[in-house]
Amino acid sequence: MDRRNSIKTIAIGSLSVGVLLDACKSKDEAEAAKLAIKEAGTTFTLDRQPEELEHYKKVTSTTFFTMHELATITLLGDIIIPKDEVSGSASEAGVPEFIEFIVKDMPEHQTPMRGGLRWLDLQSFKRYEKAFKDCNAEQQLSLVDEIAYPKKAKPAMMQGVAFFNLMRNLTATGFYTSQMGGKDIGYVGNTPNQWNGVPDEVLAQYKLAYTEKELKECVKFD
Amino acid sequence: MPDFQVKKQTKQYDAVIVGSGAGGGMAAYMLSKAGLKVCLLEAGPMYDPAKNVTQLKNPWESPRRGASTHFRPFGDFDASYWGWQIDGEPYTKKEGTNWDWWRARMLGGRTNHWGRISLRFGPKDFKRKSIDGLGEDWPIGYEDIKPYYDRIDKLIGVFGTNEGLENDPDGFFLPPPKPRLHEIMIKNAGQKSGVPVIPSRLSILTQKINDDRGLCFYCAQCNRGCTVHADFSSSSVLIKPAIKTGNVDVIPSAMVREVLTNSEGLATGVSYVSKDDMMEYQVTGRTVILAASACESARLLLNSKSARHPNGLANNSGVVGRYLHDSTGAAMGGVLPQLFGRKRYNEDGVGGMHVYSPWWGDNKKLDFPRGYHIEYWGGMGQPAYGFGFGIEGMNGQYPVNGKQKEAGGYGKSLKEDYRFFYGAGVGMAGRGEAIALASNLCEIDPNVVDKYGIPVLRFDVKYTEHEIKQAKHMKETFREMMHAMGAVITWGDDGPDNNYGLETPGKIIHEAGTVRMGNDPKASALNKWNQAHDCKNLFVVDGGPFVSQADKNITWTILALSMRASEYLVEEMKKKNIS
Repeated sequence: MDRRNSIKTIAIGSLSVGVLLDACKSKDEAEAAKLAIKEAGTTFTLDRQPEELEHYKKVTSTTFFTMHELATITLLGDIIIPKDEVSGSASEAGVPEFIEFIVKDMPEHQTPMRGGLRWLDLQSFKRYEKAFKDCNAEQQLSLVDEIAYPKKAKPAMMQGVAFFNLMRNLTATGFYTSQMGGKDIGYVGNTPNQWNGVPDEVLAQYKLAYTEKELKECVKFD
Repeated sequence: MPDFQVKKQTKQYDAVIVGSGAGGGMAAYMLSKAGLKVCLLEAGPMYDPAKNVTQLKNPWESPRRGASTHFRPFGDFDASYWGWQIDGEPYTKKEGTNWDWWRARMLGGRTNHWGRISLRFGPKDFKRKSIDGLGEDWPIGYEDIKPYYDRIDKLIGVFGTNEGLENDPDGFFLPPPKPRLHEIMIKNAGQKSGVPVIPSRLSILTQKINDDRGLCFYCAQCNRGCTVHADFSSSSVLIKPAIKTGNVDVIPSAMVREVLTNSEGLATGVSYVSKDDMMEYQVTGRTVILAASACESARLLLNSKSARHPNGLANNSGVVGRYLHDSTGAAMGGVLPQLFGRKRYNEDGVGGMHVYSPWWGDNKKLDFPRGYHIEYWGGMGQPAYGFGFGIEGMNGQYPVNGKQKEAGGYGKSLKEDYRFFYGAGVGMAGRGEAIALASNLCEIDPNVVDKYGIPVLRFDVKYTEHEIKQAKHMKETFREMMHAMGAVITWGDDGPDNNYGLETPGKIIHEAGTVRMGNDPKASALNKWNQAHDCKNLFVVDGGPFVSQADKNITWTILALSMRASEYLVEEMKKKNIS
């Protein structure tokens, strides 16, 4: 699952901003630690105030996560949201790039994320003498199982639970707000249409019906 | 040192209007249609939702997926420029008090992102002191304002239904949209709980009313501004046609410092600083109309001191800044287990609820004065930042597709859970009437100025037992409604330790009362025509003139009062009472 050998250019939505991820094949961590952010201007498809553009430029001009951290985030993200028969994985939906952005936009996430990743590596090292990302899949899942279930986790693992909850939150939000995730969840709105009420078969399913009054006074479309 | 000078505009206007929201937009519309020359000053930039588009954008078009920033506190797609805090424009609070102040800096102001909830005040709402002994009666009654409500319904368009309710008057309504699935469930719960649930009244066009505006296409995004101008915002619906008359000059990015007066104490215009070039300007007019928001207008008056108006303009009574009040607010949310695993379809609907609850209670049987209405939400909305948060509080609690799971988790099983719980949320919020008190106020902070050198407001507002008991009643009602529809409460089940979840004042963004009207010049700043007692060519037409604000959103009444004041002003000019 080593993604460090792949070169990915990910456009975040239709923003004309490309994030060039880890073009580095060498193990030189200092080199690899640099996320090359390629800015092709900041032309948003959204209405933006000058202050917002300035803020965006400032936020995206720095890199927060090290390559090591980002690789761990990518791994964890794909454990949380793997590819299945309905949709792709978190990394395929651009979740690691989203997380890199959002911790810079919401600095309150920085310490819990950085500290949580380091906590995970230390736990991993104690068990397997390896960083989390360098463990095999079985080892990784064994450790994840200890922090993924808040109610049955051991007291000593609760900091890991808190980190995993945050990681799960950010992964899910990043995934389901992507095009791929939106399709998966089945949101079919955000398009001009005519609201003609709840579909008949759904009303029937819940044994509900519109009243005479509603049918008479409400907007209807044939 | 750079040159410092004041540029005086030579053009003499009939009216100088400060602020372009509901009140200022309506005044500009009415006066320009009457042939008066109008200068409309706005502290933010020009804005037209047809050009400044966030509507129909996808969550991934925002790098933060719709999360908020201090530039857009209601989310990255929301139309409002700025909100609780503006860089370089602070406000302060007295220790131990709370007031959160929303300021939209843009043409049209807060009407660009508001909820479009367009409610008339009822007959009782103007005479509350006569009913419960608290506060003050308005100098006008429902019969005085009804003709203007009627005209506004037709001019702007509002959907709803005539229900014949005593204090929630009938109007001229377009047909409302049918309730969504969860709204039918809410309606049925209301029947069980004795809470009326009727079609909402929103200023959104479900039918064509003129050639200038398009029809609603049901995207649920009114707060983003509408590209076809199918909902009411002052910028699209009032200022656009006002500009078309050729009688209106709009000056954007104009931060007004003070109202200028002459030796007779009459208003002669305003001075402002341009945010674009930081130069100082003056513009003159036969009348000055303030519509900068209740608090911003009070700030302007208090900052406009002169020999004739030593206490601030229009403030011989000392009431300017006082009686500041907001709607009370408290909310509760939950899930409807019967909606788990629901069938998908587009239920966006209009931008807001399709049903609401007008106040139904009898205060004689209750331990608090005044009432509240209830707003509802729920269903299959567009995913945004925060989507999926806290799944560990859901997926261990309810079987997913028949299978009991351990809370939390990951992987394919977790993806199934997100799908299963999507669209099952439901929530409700009360919006009630607080009592306007002289002791709740905004005043000029003696020590602080903004980046333009303008002294800023300091707030001093506290809620009393009245509002707390109202919030308690809201929570009791919500619990009953939730129970009646089989929902499980997931948040907002508050008790006395946090005042039953009563929002701090200002949070509901219905500021009013700071420049109140009345018949007694010693106890009010304006007469019943929104005209200053102490300065006959000065009017205030925002939320400032409100004596009390009912349990109704105030926009429709701001519009009606502004329309009425504008016609009065035109008449007074004709009669030469204002020269």
